[in-house]
Amino acid sequence: MNVIYFAWVRERIGIPQETVETDAVTVKDLIAELRAREARYDAAFSDTTALRVALDQELSDFDAPLAGVREVAFFPPMTGG
Amino acid sequence: MTVRVQSDHFDAGAELNCFAQGCGDIGAVVSFTGVVRDTQGNLREMLIEHYPGMTEKAIKTIVDEAKKRWDLADVLVIHRYGPLAVGAPIMMVATAAAHRAAAFAAADFLMDYLKSRAPFWKKEVTEQAETWVAAKDADEDALKRW
Repeated sequence: MNVIYFAWVRERIGIPQETVETDAVTVKDLIAELRAREARYDAAFSDTTALRVALDQELSDFDAPLAGVREVAFFPPMTGG
Repeated sequence: MTVRVQSDHFDAGAELNCFAQGCGDIGAVVSFTGVVRDTQGNLREMLIEHYPGMTEKAIKTIVDEAKKRWDLADVLVIHRYGPLAVGAPIMMVATAAAHRAAAFAAADFLMDYLKSRAPFWKKEVTEQAETWVAAKDADEDALKRW
């Protein structure tokens, strides 16, 4: 699946997006996999209360299943307007 | 209904003059324009990042919800991204309705939701630092009144 990062999440991880091969069942599982990879991922995902997630461009939550999802995006709370 | 997500400058006055033309029974037009503020007196520019694809969808969902709640003849939302200078317009909403109560309420609703549910992120750039603007609890709380 395609994993996209925005704002400080993108800066902390150091790339805007990547293709991730995963068997993660939920968003939480995917986060755990990413955190185990490298310190920069671990730092970016250390406080999930400061993060939001979108699945296929719809806001979702960390317990949501990933079955059939093609695009996961992680970002801080939005500051539009 | 018009939704535009763009890096280009826009002229809020010109947009408003063209808004809701030919829409029939309109007694009230309300508009809001958000402008880049220099709160500390040292802002070089504001950088706005967004999520292409999701941004347009999220704004349309918010506008559709406003149209369900109020009888609106027309709605305009413009939101910019990229580097913006102090004083530049960031975004605008305009609503047209038969009466002002619906036009005001819908514009207020749109602003509250665009702030916290449209995927934009603001970064303030000064000579000294680049800082992501943090979302305020008050902005999230504002959604509860709807």
